[in-house]
Amino acid sequence: MSPDKAEARATGQRLLAAFREAGAAEVEADILQPAEVLLDLYGEDIRARAFVTQDPLRGEMMLRPDFTVPVVQMHMANGADPARYCYFGEVFRKQGHRGPRAPEYFQVGYEVFARDDAPAADAEVFALIAGLLAPLGLRAAIGDIGILMAAVGGLNTLPGRKAALLRHIWRPRRFHALLDRFGGKAPVPAARADLLARIAAGTADIDAPLIGLRSAAEIESRLAALAEDAAAPPIATAEVALLNALFDLAAPAPEALSRLQDLAREMPAIAPAVAGLARRLDAMATRGVDVAALAFEASHGRSTMEYYDGFVFSVRAADPALPPVASGGRYDALTRVLGRGGGRSIPAVGGVIRPGLVASLEASLEAQAC
Amino acid sequence: MLKLGVPSKGRLMEQTFEWFGARGLTLARTGSDREYAGAVMGCEGVELVLLSAGEIPRELAAGRIHLGVTGSDLVRDRLADWPDQVAELAALGFGHADLILAVPACWVDVETLDDLDAAAAAFRRAHGFRLRIATKYHRLVREFLQDQGVADYQLVDSQGATEGTVKNLTAEAIADITSSGETLRANHLRILTGGLIHESQAMLFAARGADWTNGASEVLDHLLPVLGLTRPQGL
Repeated sequence: MSPDKAEARATGQRLLAAFREAGAAEVEADILQPAEVLLDLYGEDIRARAFVTQDPLRGEMMLRPDFTVPVVQMHMANGADPARYCYFGEVFRKQGHRGPRAPEYFQVGYEVFARDDAPAADAEVFALIAGLLAPLGLRAAIGDIGILMAAVGGLNTLPGRKAALLRHIWRPRRFHALLDRFGGKAPVPAARADLLARIAAGTADIDAPLIGLRSAAEIESRLAALAEDAAAPPIATAEVALLNALFDLAAPAPEALSRLQDLAREMPAIAPAVAGLARRLDAMATRGVDVAALAFEASHGRSTMEYYDGFVFSVRAADPALPPVASGGRYDALTRVLGRGGGRSIPAVGGVIRPGLVASLEASLEAQAC
Repeated sequence: MLKLGVPSKGRLMEQTFEWFGARGLTLARTGSDREYAGAVMGCEGVELVLLSAGEIPRELAAGRIHLGVTGSDLVRDRLADWPDQVAELAALGFGHADLILAVPACWVDVETLDDLDAAAAAFRRAHGFRLRIATKYHRLVREFLQDQGVADYQLVDSQGATEGTVKNLTAEAIADITSSGETLRANHLRILTGGLIHESQAMLFAARGADWTNGASEVLDHLLPVLGLTRPQGL
């Protein structure tokens, strides 16, 4: 059923050649990556998903779970922009559950680092990948995390509440629980109510020995933040309703755009991001993408690794049990995080294809044709 | 032959022997005090295997034993998708211990997991690294915190004296087994509201992946009524 590794490799090389032809410079990345950077970026979730190993001299290392981080690091260290890179090789993901998903597979990817005309760069990456996969008749979906972040940023409430919501955009259940709390829809939990009562009564003093790194000042500053939050009015029902309408939006791209433009009249904060979507769809159409057939899902990409902060996309086969054949997006903030020290950053967008899946889908198409 | 794995020493072994004994099945160590060999009287075809309780989940998953007695915490922590690998035959009513999350008692601003999440975000901003939680139960704690939507933390491994890690500045919070909470209090730690990760107790498990041909399944048919148990689904 699954094609052998040689076929996956041949398909990967073919796709890599297409990426080179599109103007990308081929780059390599070490299989062993320092764990620290990845852990700092992704948190504990990556430890559950990546193979961690110990090097006697270099400490904790991970078998590369993706190429994006090493490619960004390489670019930030010595790259000049604009730049286009492509790469091909195995990535390694521990599977926490028994099942058919493989712990190692090939990825072939294409990344664009460019300061101007983000919509054009987004369209370039998507059109290139979608074009290569066109013969397989797959379903593509797009989204835009930037619109969601702008909507949260535009809420009329405490900065602390907005920061808490922004942190949890990638954890939908947690995000909506917080929104219900801040919107006054969910009751204050009993333990929190008790604490607030003690703060109000001035009896929430530190009554135990101070141990650990977290200082008394940090504890008191959070007590003050809790009191400020308790005193602030809930987020208006109308604002919560608009936010929920935005997050639930799923429609063919042209219809989604006009509904987003309607929403932007009531949520002016999202207007620039929605205008960016309009320009991106135009740029895609210019590159021959059938935009009308594209599904836009506002919450697309919310359950993936949290570094995308703009355009996101995936291309999937009909079988929902299969992982995406291709996925990608824009990650402007990642370059700032990994380019630290110099405080440098550069807008970037990219995507990967799984050549092993492409090979097996091609094989089943051929079998049908016979 | 059906292989039954039981803890090889201590209170857990004694209580396991008592549980089977009360149901007419006599388990006993044989040979010298130091020899890890045992015998079963009261049911034909059962072979006793004495093992470290911590290794019993692995032996069940590998199918090298058919039945095994160990803590439910160990099975959940050591085995991925544990219900696919083992079946719970019986809760044995001893070996009770709770896996809990605890923070310094001086953290008066942290009562719930919500608070822990918010404190972790602030801690990361202030200190430049993720709030450290010391534990040896990595899978259980990670899955629990992921499910509860707690972010900006990291797990650091602690195989013992975990309650001391906060004072020693190697962690900010802990996740550990407690029965009375006395050690926690002595180390100025407090259990979070909603911080109960798992209520553990000793259980009798059956290995789904063991070789149940060659008579093992028939032995189980004889054994289950003796123990007052029924065959679980899919075994």
